[in-house]
Amino acid sequence: MAFWDNFFKKKSDSASNAVNRIKFVLQSDRSGLPPETLEKIKNDIISVLSKYVDIDTKELDFNITKAPSEGGELTPALCANIPIKGVKRASNNDKVSKE
Amino acid sequence: MGEVIVVTSGKGGVGKTTTTANVGTGLAKLDKKVVLIDTDIGLRNLDVVMGLENRIVYNLVDVIEGNCKIKQALIKDKRYPTLYLLPSAQTRDKSAVKPEEMKQLCEQLKPEFDYIIIDCPAGIEQGFENAVAGADRALVVTTPEVSAVRDADRIIGLLEAHEMKKTDLIVNRLRMDMVKTGDMMSSEDVVEILAINLIGIVPDDEGIIVATNNGEPLVGNDTKAGQAYMNICKRIIGEEVPFLDLNAKKGFFSRLFGRK
Repeated sequence: MAFWDNFFKKKSDSASNAVNRIKFVLQSDRSGLPPETLEKIKNDIISVLSKYVDIDTKELDFNITKAPSEGGELTPALCANIPIKGVKRASNNDKVSKE
Repeated sequence: MGEVIVVTSGKGGVGKTTTTANVGTGLAKLDKKVVLIDTDIGLRNLDVVMGLENRIVYNLVDVIEGNCKIKQALIKDKRYPTLYLLPSAQTRDKSAVKPEEMKQLCEQLKPEFDYIIIDCPAGIEQGFENAVAGADRALVVTTPEVSAVRDADRIIGLLEAHEMKKTDLIVNRLRMDMVKTGDMMSSEDVVEILAINLIGIVPDDEGIIVATNNGEPLVGNDTKAGQAYMNICKRIIGEEVPFLDLNAKKGFFSRLFGRK
């Protein structure tokens, strides 16, 4: 029975789920930047950008990763992918720049 | 001069004490002169895992405070002529020992022994600081679970900050049956995540529980875990030993239709 179970059972992927989750957690652990702080930075950036453009907050990607520095060493890097739905109207922009 | 090896993990319950007992006993079986030091003050356990709990007279804190000479506190393991244990104190707390004092103790033991193996308490506080203070190299023990791997990563970072000369990884309690069905991270996964040198893979083995019940480390016997621990010992003394084939017990059919 165990043999057939083994043979036909669909391969589960909780292990790859574990690998992905731990990699994600370690990115923020290693950066020394707690997720709470990252969330605050994200919100601040969104509010600044929102003055000029419409942002798709659902598709927003905001992470700490490792990127090679000039010396070739991997250093923590803030990686943001912020989709822009549209640019706000010119009159708005003018208003902002006058402020 | 002896080498001081700290066995650490961050997370509790992943097998630090079992690893210390087996690596220490294994090195003694390889004719090395070994002393094991339990630095988990207040939660001493290495003595029971080694089966030496009835022979304690003095402990680590007695040595540090000068209540006895080092030699008086060392328990000689009658089964192996070159193996000794320095037990921890059960009724004190971690503040009874300072890192500088541990360093001095290690220096005093180095001329007398080939290996000084330190069982580190769980956590990253003073107990950890004490345990790593005099160490030349570290064995980081983890299991293939997200919590243990995360803590191991933190410990590896702290060991780097302490400028530990050599840090090797032991993946403990691996279950190949679960790895095969995709329900456990493989040792390769763990090594890729933690990015340090792998020195041993110890399969999950009921024999460990039996050995602990009896106070007799199983290193070197014919169980998979016993062989895995002996291989770790051989790698520690510099031998090149191939990693065990943990799939070797597969049945006829699964071999015939073997999946990767």
